Amino acid sequence: MMAADQKTALAIEPERYELRGLPMHFFAMDRRSFMKAMGGGIAILAVAKDALALQESGRRIGMEEKMPREINAWLHIAPDGGVTVYTGKVEIGQNIRTSLAQTVADELHVSLASIQMVMGDTQLTPFDMGTFGSRTTPQMGTQLRSVAWAARSVLVDLAARKWSVDAGQLVAENGTVSDRSGSRSITYGELAQGQALAQMMPAEDPVTPAPEWKIAGQPVHKIGARDFVTGRHKYTPDLKLPGMLCGKILRPSAFGATLASVDLSAAKAMPGVIAVRDGDFVGVAAPDELTAERALAAIKAQWNTTPQSSSKELFDFLKKNAEEDPAEENRYRQTKGSMSDGLAAASHRLEATYTVAYIAHCPLEPRAALADWKDGKMMVWTGTQRPFAVRDEVAQALHLSNDNTRVIVPDTGSAYGGKHTGECAVEAARLAQAAGKPVHLLWTREEEFTWAYFRPAGVIEIKSGVDANGKLTAWEFHNYNSGAAAIATMYEAPNQLIEFHPVNAPLRQGSYRSLAACANHFARESHMDELAHAAGVDPLEFRMNNLQDERLRAVYQAAAEKFGWQERKKAPGHGFGIAGGIDKGGHVAAFAEVAIDGATREVRIERVVEAWDCGAIVNPDGLKNTISGAITMGIGGALYEAIEFDNGRILNPHFAQYRVARFKDEPKIEVVLIDRKDQPSFGAGETPIVGLAPAVANAIFDATGLRIRSMPMLQDGKLPKQA
Amino acid sequence: MARVTELNVNGTLHAFDVDADATLLSVLRDQLDLTGTKYGCGEGQCAACTVLIDGNPRHSCQIRVGAVGKHRITTIEGLEKNGELHPVQQAFIDVDAMQCAYCTSGMILGAVAMLKIQPNPTEAQIADYMNGHICRCGVYQRIKEAVHLAATRMNGNA
Ligand code: FES
Ligand code: FES
Repeated sequence: MMAADQKTALAIEPERYELRGLPMHFFAMDRRSFMKAMGGGIAILAVAKDALALQESGRRIGMEEKMPREINAWLHIAPDGGVTVYTGKVEIGQNIRTSLAQTVADELHVSLASIQMVMGDTQLTPFDMGTFGSRTTPQMGTQLRSVAWAARSVLVDLAARKWSVDAGQLVAENGTVSDRSGSRSITYGELAQGQALAQMMPAEDPVTPAPEWKIAGQPVHKIGARDFVTGRHKYTPDLKLPGMLCGKILRPSAFGATLASVDLSAAKAMPGVIAVRDGDFVGVAAPDELTAERALAAIKAQWNTTPQSSSKELFDFLKKNAEEDPAEENRYRQTKGSMSDGLAAASHRLEATYTVAYIAHCPLEPRAALADWKDGKMMVWTGTQRPFAVRDEVAQALHLSNDNTRVIVPDTGSAYGGKHTGECAVEAARLAQAAGKPVHLLWTREEEFTWAYFRPAGVIEIKSGVDANGKLTAWEFHNYNSGAAAIATMYEAPNQLIEFHPVNAPLRQGSYRSLAACANHFARESHMDELAHAAGVDPLEFRMNNLQDERLRAVYQAAAEKFGWQERKKAPGHGFGIAGGIDKGGHVAAFAEVAIDGATREVRIERVVEAWDCGAIVNPDGLKNTISGAITMGIGGALYEAIEFDNGRILNPHFAQYRVARFKDEPKIEVVLIDRKDQPSFGAGETPIVGLAPAVANAIFDATGLRIRSMPMLQDGKLPKQA
Repeated sequence: MARVTELNVNGTLHAFDVDADATLLSVLRDQLDLTGTKYGCGEGQCAACTVLIDGNPRHSCQIRVGAVGKHRITTIEGLEKNGELHPVQQAFIDVDAMQCAYCTSGMILGAVAMLKIQPNPTEAQIADYMNGHICRCGVYQRIKEAVHLAATRMNGNA
């Protein structure tokens, strides 16, 4: 639960927090027992490779060393020809069940339909740190391609040996190895018969280059779509077990509250109800939801609380509560040249402060878990991005061994970085243990808004200078609390000071789609716009003047063309703005047009053009879907979303009080994909969100002359009269 | 306490015995195992729990089962007829109008209801009618496309 120490542990920059889970060695088994468990056939195992530098934000240096060289995934070809891929990654709407299957099918030379993906099951799949950081495509995708390549060569070799011919004479196509002469052929399944072969993937990556891909690179629709449109797919909230009870948790009256006294007698007296108190944890389980709600309402509890801060004074609080001596791994400070020289050389100097509010992930599927406690073993189904970490959490909380604890993740109703932790799983498991029956727990929307964690709020201060030629001379950037992801500038500035300041934060905070890249891009790209205006240079030209990165230049150009930047003409009340950036292997440029109603001060985003490059594209259709989804989600954080809190309570834990983007808020979105077949593939789950907010802020300035330096930009849905 | 013992869902009369105060959503999901109807907020704000009552879209989380009486309920499970998907379901597949798909059931039922009263909606009309449905993954544009495609097909133009 929310013990004080856990709260502090979470109150750090999320990337580090995510990686704290100790890796478990998956293979206690030797190869022979492993193959026996697989039922024979051919298995190729993927191992972690140091060469695959992970594309977390720049400061994650050193992570690779900590990653054990061990099994990350494997591919199995059964004697009946079935191809199964085992990976600890999870499907949360980012469509990797489809894109990974495409990658394997492409390299193994089988049809997409013949591939089955087993994902996110701590018993069946190898250890995985979690599905986050846009790493699935560059890391897991690359490994699975190697594995599929190796499997195909094993199959060809087996056929060559069988027929006593040279492997070079054979081709593997459509799940079959055949002689080039066409004289004979044999299916993968037939080749796998009688085998019990487990092999590591090769050290090098002898994979098919992107221009030769056949199945990867094609637009493919979501695998299993029919189950989703018919309501047949079972998300965690939809699972059932015989005798299952419905759980409810008594929430403290405020964050950090401790239980002074509690009276469970009335709840316990209700038929079929069990009520549990364990430390500050209080929960009930009942045969049905209504009874569970009534039992919960019948509990009388007193809480000890301590006074806490309020969102009204949030930004002051963050500035004043910066950690004095942050741990080494929490620091980020980078300098170049001399700021004072840089400022002295400038003909325009600028200083500005930007703020970013706390926001909530609001996955439409709230946290849920089904726990089954049987014969000393705990099995939990739950929607999480980190099945193995949640397994460890459950095991630790219940004093079980990891071997006796299993976590399975059904394809989940999204997460956006918000489902890294296992509170709900732990709660359901605790109740199941007490009840001796399976317990199902589905957090209410209010619980999801309150007891999950938030995207860190932040204060960002920038000081800059630009010379008479429109070249940056100085760039100083301080981020308080929100994080260091994408904190470094991609523009050329000879004199720099960039620093992240960890803060003893007032709320429980953690990962969120793109982490702090959103906040850092908002501040940086807003400021670049301010500088462009100060220097009297067109915002696009100003960026290009200070930019060397070829790929970022290319997305700016592509977006500008599609948008019609040069020819743009403002209608009254309309404005145009641009922003761009790089993170996690993705290059993005967003161009926006806004319209402001002078009377109501409502802001409408009319049109967004976003150009995107994440290397060789695996699934262009899925990618477009993901990018426009990220833009749409970004509208909420840009214009409306802010968690309000006071004294340990969330004041707006309902969709009626917390506005997310809806149909009417969505602009016309045009996505321009740049398919760099000469570049490795990177993920796109996160970075496409970072350009929207600054592009909109810059467009609002263009329309009104009002510079909004806060996210969200609106107050009660309206543009403030002054910044 | 008042009890409810039957409900007309997807053309079938279902028998059970529940407290009349239970939400229609919980009865569909827990008693009838029709889990295609989703809980998203329990507050009438997201429309993930949309069902059709006599053809009209309703938030099943906001309805006490005791208030349903003999009215006909259609859930997502009831749209498919003899193995054939409703044109709106098919259009959602063809346009790939989903990401995590948790909102999809509600979206499809909302669209089915709209196309009944407005067989040829403009984009603005779709947005207006469907504005109560949240898709946190932000698939709105594709959902609008899917509704257009379904409309075109239902009007016999494709
Ligand atoms: S669950 Fe009924 S409207 Fe959200
Ligand atoms: S597809 Fe995820 S909420 Fe709509």
